[in-house]
Amino acid sequence: MKKTVFLGALTVAALAAGAAGAATLDDVKARGKLNCGVSTGLTGFSFPDASGEWQGFDVAMCRAVAAAVLGDPKAVEFVPTTGKTRFTALASGEIDMLARNTTWTLSRDADLKFTFTGVNYYDGQGFMVPKALGVTSAKELDGATVCIQTGTTTELNLADFFRANNMEYEPVPIETNAEAQQQFLAGACDVYTTDASGLAATRATFENPKDYVILPEIISKEPLGPLVRQGDDQWADVVRWTENALVAAEELGITSANVKDLASAPGDNPEINRMLGTEGDLGAMLGLSKDWAVNAIAAGGNYGELFEKNIGENTPIGLARGLNALWTNGGLQYAPPFR
Amino acid sequence: MSDTHAETVLFVRETMLPQQEPPSSSTGAIGWARQNLFSGWLNSVITVVAGLFIIGLVLHIVPWFVSPTWMATSLNECRDMVTAAGHTDGACWGVIRERWQQLLFGFYPPELYWRPVVALLMLFVAIAPVLFSDFVSRKLLVVTAAFPFVMPWLLWGGTVWTPVMAALGFVIGYLVFRGFSGRVAGGLALFIAAIVAVLWWVLLSGLVAGAFASVLPLALTEVQSRAFGGFMLSITIGVAAIGCSLPIGILLALGRQSDLPLVKYMCVGFIEFIRGVPLITLLFVASTLLNIFLPPGTNFDIIVRVIIMDTLFASAYMAEVVRGGLAALPKGQYEGADSLGLNYWQAQRLIIMPQALKISIPGIVSTFIGVFKDTTLVSIISMFDPIGLSNAIRANQAWNGVYWELFIFIGAIFFVFCFSMSRYSMYLEKKLQTGHR
Amino acid sequence: MTTISDPPAESFKLSMLFYDTRYRAITFQIIALIAFLTLFGWLYMNTAHNLHELGKDPSFGFLFQPAGYDINQTLIEYNNQDTHLRAAFVGLLNTLLVAALGCITATVIGVLVGVLRLSKNWLVARLMTVYVETFRNVPVLMWIILAMAILIEALPPPSAFRGNDPSSSMLLFDSIALTNRGVYIPEPLFSRPLGNINVFGAFDISIELLAIIVVLGGSIWVAKRIGRRADAEQNKTGLRPRTWPVQTAVIILPIVALLAGLGFHLGLPHLKGFNFDGGTHLRNSLIALWLALSLYTAAFIAEIVRAGIMAISKGQTEAAAALGLRSNRIMSLVILPQALRVIIPPLISQYLNLTKNSSLAIAVGYMDITGTLMGITLNQTGRELETVLLGMIVYLAISLLISGAMNIYNNRVKLVER
Repeated sequence: MKKTVFLGALTVAALAAGAAGAATLDDVKARGKLNCGVSTGLTGFSFPDASGEWQGFDVAMCRAVAAAVLGDPKAVEFVPTTGKTRFTALASGEIDMLARNTTWTLSRDADLKFTFTGVNYYDGQGFMVPKALGVTSAKELDGATVCIQTGTTTELNLADFFRANNMEYEPVPIETNAEAQQQFLAGACDVYTTDASGLAATRATFENPKDYVILPEIISKEPLGPLVRQGDDQWADVVRWTENALVAAEELGITSANVKDLASAPGDNPEINRMLGTEGDLGAMLGLSKDWAVNAIAAGGNYGELFEKNIGENTPIGLARGLNALWTNGGLQYAPPFR
Repeated sequence: MSDTHAETVLFVRETMLPQQEPPSSSTGAIGWARQNLFSGWLNSVITVVAGLFIIGLVLHIVPWFVSPTWMATSLNECRDMVTAAGHTDGACWGVIRERWQQLLFGFYPPELYWRPVVALLMLFVAIAPVLFSDFVSRKLLVVTAAFPFVMPWLLWGGTVWTPVMAALGFVIGYLVFRGFSGRVAGGLALFIAAIVAVLWWVLLSGLVAGAFASVLPLALTEVQSRAFGGFMLSITIGVAAIGCSLPIGILLALGRQSDLPLVKYMCVGFIEFIRGVPLITLLFVASTLLNIFLPPGTNFDIIVRVIIMDTLFASAYMAEVVRGGLAALPKGQYEGADSLGLNYWQAQRLIIMPQALKISIPGIVSTFIGVFKDTTLVSIISMFDPIGLSNAIRANQAWNGVYWELFIFIGAIFFVFCFSMSRYSMYLEKKLQTGHR
Repeated sequence: MTTISDPPAESFKLSMLFYDTRYRAITFQIIALIAFLTLFGWLYMNTAHNLHELGKDPSFGFLFQPAGYDINQTLIEYNNQDTHLRAAFVGLLNTLLVAALGCITATVIGVLVGVLRLSKNWLVARLMTVYVETFRNVPVLMWIILAMAILIEALPPPSAFRGNDPSSSMLLFDSIALTNRGVYIPEPLFSRPLGNINVFGAFDISIELLAIIVVLGGSIWVAKRIGRRADAEQNKTGLRPRTWPVQTAVIILPIVALLAGLGFHLGLPHLKGFNFDGGTHLRNSLIALWLALSLYTAAFIAEIVRAGIMAISKGQTEAAAALGLRSNRIMSLVILPQALRVIIPPLISQYLNLTKNSSLAIAVGYMDITGTLMGITLNQTGRELETVLLGMIVYLAISLLISGAMNIYNNRVKLVER
């Protein structure tokens, strides 16, 4: 269904028509572009570089989906969203999927009518303090001034944590990570709290990272993952299985370097064959081409490669795999079988 | 008395002395300073305090400002350069060198930068005959008429036929109006013309444009609005909002002065509502609610939504500006138009509006300055205006922590734009004043 | 054109709806009304349909659910178990607080700068021009962000006050602490408090405050009565009895007695744990917003004041001087009262602008109504339509109240014209 609304001669050129609701996959294919909602700027996860290209871990997720659906990882229109605008943008059909470190919660799933397609990063809310403060546990933070980013589940977790431990605190709500960082460095707050990945990313850019410690307590579960509108199961499947393909690829040893070779002819491992389309046609079941997974993996690499390239230990952010290691390595990343 | 006096005087000068220079203490730099800076003890104290303030400020800022970091590619590199130069603290100008194009044009493709530049230059040409009517030939008004159609085409690209067909709608509407105006009442003719034009735009123009495009495909590379950013975004939103709000504002102002109570109260209600709420709430409407108000499945770009809400916002203020212009006209002008037997629309078109709008130009310019400055608010709804971009730049690992440099750059550009506009509006006010006294 | 005295046709024709001035007004209004109702009906139908599709039928029930988040600056009791409605109200009070503070400071600075711009001192006049032009021509959002950044960077953190050899110290006999978390000033405390009255089961109003207001109001009223009696005496006898000692005593003694009775003392801020404890804490976000809004608006007010003063013709000054008035009396008795009439209408719209600009508070994390109702509440509940609508109504009400009050004042001072 397509519908154009006329808005006067001046804005004709700016019109773009689209439809919310069912058949997102068809819309994306017809449009030739994937509209993907990302954060306006979060170190390591999504940010535009000097040439205007978007980079980061969440961005790579969008590119993988675009590659799987359209065969071109560049066929993505990145729509920056804030904590406030992200859900409306998705609900109204302005974006096809949201990959903006969004926590999977019951109310978002059921009340706001979205479908989370999986978890691409297991996170948890932590605290960072200056070493000079001499604090070793979050339980010692009674009376502290805490910098938080607004518009997230963070402030609710914080309120719960301090209430449960019968402590008081002074919240300093802040819009962007950059401002929070400035306040924290200047000592305008004692503690900075956000997702542990964000803390590590922020700490890495400090002049003297060693002067700050991240406290051991993780006070919440923050499973971050891409989400789509509820009621369009086909599209949700596409996003879900693209993500699964990336995880499975790491498990099966498929990388961006060898994926083309492996896909050229059927190999010994039937699961690899099925996934890469050299045996059977799983892509058709999703409404995609045969080589969908090949394209998704070739776009930026498997899950492990994406992690290492954007936020891993060799980047300035330096996050350890931790919970996000494969299940075979004691982590939680686990892809259902491809058959 | 005089006699005795005359006798006692030993010497009487009979020639004038040559004129002397005033004493050195009241001329030159010293005299000027005495007069303007140290004319009393209070003044002297104030001068000294103000002077110390300025000196302190300069001593504080200049060493920070002059910093050899132009070529740096990251904040850490800046810090090393500053230390190497023997300073403890210094600005990190590398970020401006690397990102100035982004701050001006956003993510617009660099090879197409000429398009917004041409659009901006054309804007100047288009408004010159209106703003500097004394110096610029009226023939340039052709550019003014073409500008609303050429600007979107230059910025967004696409086939040339879309703007041509859009412009054709106005031509058709005008022809219909001319055809009918002899036969039916002016208002009715206008109404019919408007309906015909809208029908043309909605039903036919797309098809015709498509047909022409397939025959003669003249097109520029299309650029998505998401690529817009930085000052280009601010100027686009500001110019579009002011341009669209002018006709709406005129109608609202006329409606507010209308004798028809219903029309009047609707206009008053609209104007007061818009002026009573902050722009940011209207932007929230644009970013979260506008899609809900429109038919299901309608979906258009955030820039267009913001321009719509900004236009509504500006038109309420514009209406008040135009109302001021209408009120400033002597009553004789209205009566003169009536006595010539002109009907309402003729009087407005030929007598009232040309004069009222001329008086309103300073007000329109300051409304524009306000709207232009307020475009920074779109950073709050996740658009990349200069302030939004500065946040995005800081999300980059290399520049995380850069603060003042970006703000100084952005603030300076805003200042240059707004200051020159406000100077122009002051010049115009002075010019208009002499004309009226 | 045949006969001038043709009688008008009595029969009603359809075309008369457009051509006959008797009917035309009504026709147009009916058309306008129909168009208006159609537009609204269309928008309403769309909205209802879309919301139903999204499964979010409009309801304000969320306002009565626990908010779950904390707010740092609360003028009334609030904790994270209170409702969203109460959180919105806390935000509203914060909006009103910063708007009121901002309007007062902006007026003071604006008048001062406006007068100083006309100063004979070249340096001062130039400095003020630079100030006015810089602030007017850079977006207010930038000033707010900059003010916050300056406060954070320039002032010491509370930890700088700690230790044996602190790098910062408190001002005025250890009573005021300037930190980059805000300013701590002494707070009034009562050792024998009277408790609170609960209004509507929702707000506590302290009886001490009420008592102070009542006593102060009463004594001012009495002092005025004494003054009026002295006026009458003066009118009758030509001699004015000395009243100021009695008047001063009437105003000061009761309030001193009341404060002593309540056990009034100042609570000084002192370091405790991570922060200063005790005292009143003016948060940085409030100060930054207040400062930026008042400096920005003051630049506009300065221009208005300057224009107002310049609008008074020089003859007024000269005439007043000819009457033998001194220059400060010329200003206060002749120039300012006349200039006020020119100044007040644009001043009202500056107050409105300031109030509306206070909605940019979220940029510095000041929890006004945009930050609570249209910020965190909107985020947590996903009720965009209801929250934004409610927020708009609140701002509209504030704007209408301010302009209404100021218009009454304006009507009182303006020249009665023919």
